[in-house]
Amino acid sequence: MHAVQRPLSPYWIYRWQITMWLSSLHRITGLLLSLGAVALGIWLIALANGPAAYAEIGAIAGSSWFKVPLIAWTFCFFFHLTNGVRHLFWDAGLGFDKARIQASGWAVVVVTLIATTAFALVVIV
Amino acid sequence: MSLVTPLSRVLGLGTAKGAAEHWWMQRLTAVALLPLGLWFALSLLGLADFGYATVLAWMQRPFTSILMLLFVVAIGYHSFLGVQVVIEDYVTGKALKIVAIMGSTLAHAGLAIAAVFAVLKVAFGS
Repeated sequence: MHAVQRPLSPYWIYRWQITMWLSSLHRITGLLLSLGAVALGIWLIALANGPAAYAEIGAIAGSSWFKVPLIAWTFCFFFHLTNGVRHLFWDAGLGFDKARIQASGWAVVVVTLIATTAFALVVIV
Repeated sequence: MSLVTPLSRVLGLGTAKGAAEHWWMQRLTAVALLPLGLWFALSLLGLADFGYATVLAWMQRPFTSILMLLFVVAIGYHSFLGVQVVIEDYVTGKALKIVAIMGSTLAHAGLAIAAVFAVLKVAFGS
């Protein structure tokens, strides 16, 4: 907005760490889940509209290309959920030291990958 | 008694807009979405298929209808708060920011009400 040349925060010289990745991912997955909420809404409205409308939506939702957004939303869901728990612990003032913040980050990654794979294999694929 | 002057409240953008309530409601809906989200995921795991008859029978159970209503409302509110923060962070320019937040608010309210109506219609039959 302003043309004043101020020194910028040097975020680009930081070594990328897991905490930064997960922080960005939390926001990105949150936004993608908002889109997923739209899909959930369309699914519910189609169900309320009756068998014909539901079949139309089902043709799209059941097609092979739609597995891509479905798996992506599954990943976003489990990531945002588990990392959200991490955020709630921080809000309570817990787990803020460097060792625990990194350990809980990796725990989120592992749980997300396991849950996403399991859910995708059983429900989607 | 509020210490915020009427002027700063009217000016809107920036601070003194009830950030504490925003923060609190984001956490409250997050806590609500933990069990609701897990219930939804586990329910989908339990469904035999996603055909009309199966999903309708599941959705018409009162337990499902009630949790689905809570789920939809909590998602709507949580998403509304989250998207608002993203807009405030990345959309520059006062006019554009107001338009974006307005659009997001209307979209969230509209979709939430549509989803609530759909769940109720399914629950009570047509």
